[in-house]
Amino acid sequence: MYHWDFYTVLQSFDLFLMGIWTTFLYTIGSISIGVVVGLAACFARLSHRAPVRLLARSYQELFRCTPLLVQILWAYYALPMILGISISNTAAGLLMLSLYVGSFYAEIFRGGILAIDKGQSEAAHAVGMSGVQAMRHIILPQAVKKMLPAFINQSVVQVKNTSLLYAISIAELTYMTSVVNSETYRPLEAYSLAAVLYFVMLFPLTQVADYFERRMRRSD
Amino acid sequence: MTHSDETVIRLRGLRKKFGTLEVLKGIDLDLHRGEVLSVIGPSGSGKSTLIRCLNLMEEPTDGSFTFQGREVSPKFRAKAPAIGAGELRRRVGMVFQHFNLFPHLSVIDNITKGPRTVLGEDRAPAEAHAMELLEEVGLADKARAYPAHLSGGQKQRVAIARALALRPEVMLFDEPTSALDPELVGEVLAVVRRLAEGGMTMVLVTHEMGFAADVASRVLFMENGMIAEQGSPHDILRAPKSERLKGFLARFHA
Ligand SMILES: Nc1ncnc2c1ncn2[C@@H]1O[C@H](COP(=O)(O)OP(=O)(O)OP(=O)(O)O)[C@@H](O)[C@H]1O
Ligand SMILES: [Mg+2]
Repeated sequence: MYHWDFYTVLQSFDLFLMGIWTTFLYTIGSISIGVVVGLAACFARLSHRAPVRLLARSYQELFRCTPLLVQILWAYYALPMILGISISNTAAGLLMLSLYVGSFYAEIFRGGILAIDKGQSEAAHAVGMSGVQAMRHIILPQAVKKMLPAFINQSVVQVKNTSLLYAISIAELTYMTSVVNSETYRPLEAYSLAAVLYFVMLFPLTQVADYFERRMRRSD
Repeated sequence: MTHSDETVIRLRGLRKKFGTLEVLKGIDLDLHRGEVLSVIGPSGSGKSTLIRCLNLMEEPTDGSFTFQGREVSPKFRAKAPAIGAGELRRRVGMVFQHFNLFPHLSVIDNITKGPRTVLGEDRAPAEAHAMELLEEVGLADKARAYPAHLSGGQKQRVAIARALALRPEVMLFDEPTSALDPELVGEVLAVVRRLAEGGMTMVLVTHEMGFAADVASRVLFMENGMIAEQGSPHDILRAPKSERLKGFLARFHA
């Protein structure tokens, strides 16, 4: 019978807290940059110019069809060789997390915009609005409601994806758990606690996504 | 109904192609100030395409289009003396078959959104004007309601008020009542009629032949992308010349 000993692990709880804080920072940072990148890619894909569409499409497929872990390792170990400069693990990790989530956000944004009836932009244009005004005042406010559940779900995945930063020694929650493990030799307790902490952070978010999804279906 | 000799819209040889399909095959038209033009014709004859060209919802592929003597340019912001899509649409209002109200905005915001974003009007005067328009269409009590809570007839009356909010000189209606339950048609036609009586220049695509006969100063019969016959409501609806028009009208008297 295994003798559980959470006490030893909990003595290092400050390490877990530091990990959570780092995870939080990378999540917020990459989501913020990812939203900007995603919006840019989304509008590029809706552009009238074929080369612009192709460029955005290529970016999206490149990041959606390769594993994030490979992207992170590539940015940290391979990219500096190409550029001839050194790249910190912070920069490499943040860059790839952002570009990765941005490629998915772009698709979510695009889907939300395309889901709005064509009559809406026609009516906006009919009262003299420009394309930008129609987008800002008429299309986006309606599209945001439609994209919210998928956006939150993708952001939940993003929190979990920060654990891959472990591979380039960024001190987020998973990395800090491994530190606790190597100090205490208590892998069962350490990793179980990490799982519980992730769950406690993410469960409320998925509930929020479900709430918006239900509300959206009711208003349709 | 009387109208002045001033030509508001002039089309010469107007053509519209969708890919290789030619939908308008050379339209000549003079729309005078105060005139109420009714457009009738079989499905697919190009009625909607014609009316949508008049506010550049569709861009004509060929021919000339002038608005009050100024050439119309498809550019949103064309340099004077040409008139761009932005200015044209402020001066030519449109009402759609399916209303296309903005569902995320209240009735009054639906009406003020255009003037406020496009003309930069302040909230207070925009709302005061919107309330006047809502009085006119009989929906002052619905100002704070959302479109989802309105009947079809009420939605279409709000849509008319929304178009009027920019103080247009011409109003375009594309089958404004054909998406409505029969008992709701009357309330919308009453509003259109009052506009016509008030001297608004209008182009109205409709299948309501009785109404067309009643309010129109001129009726235009379209067939296969061309104006096949036109004249006074009496001439077109009671004394049609071509066999096609006779056949078309016969279907409505059945
Ligand atoms: N955006 C478009 N792309 C391709 N073809 C189009 C488009 N809009 C209209 N058409 C075609 O143009 C023709 C004329 O259409 P239009 O809508 O002007 O007819 P209509 O007279 O208004 O018919 P209805 O009485 O059914 O409304 C039809 O054959 C239609 O399929
Ligand atoms: Mg039509």
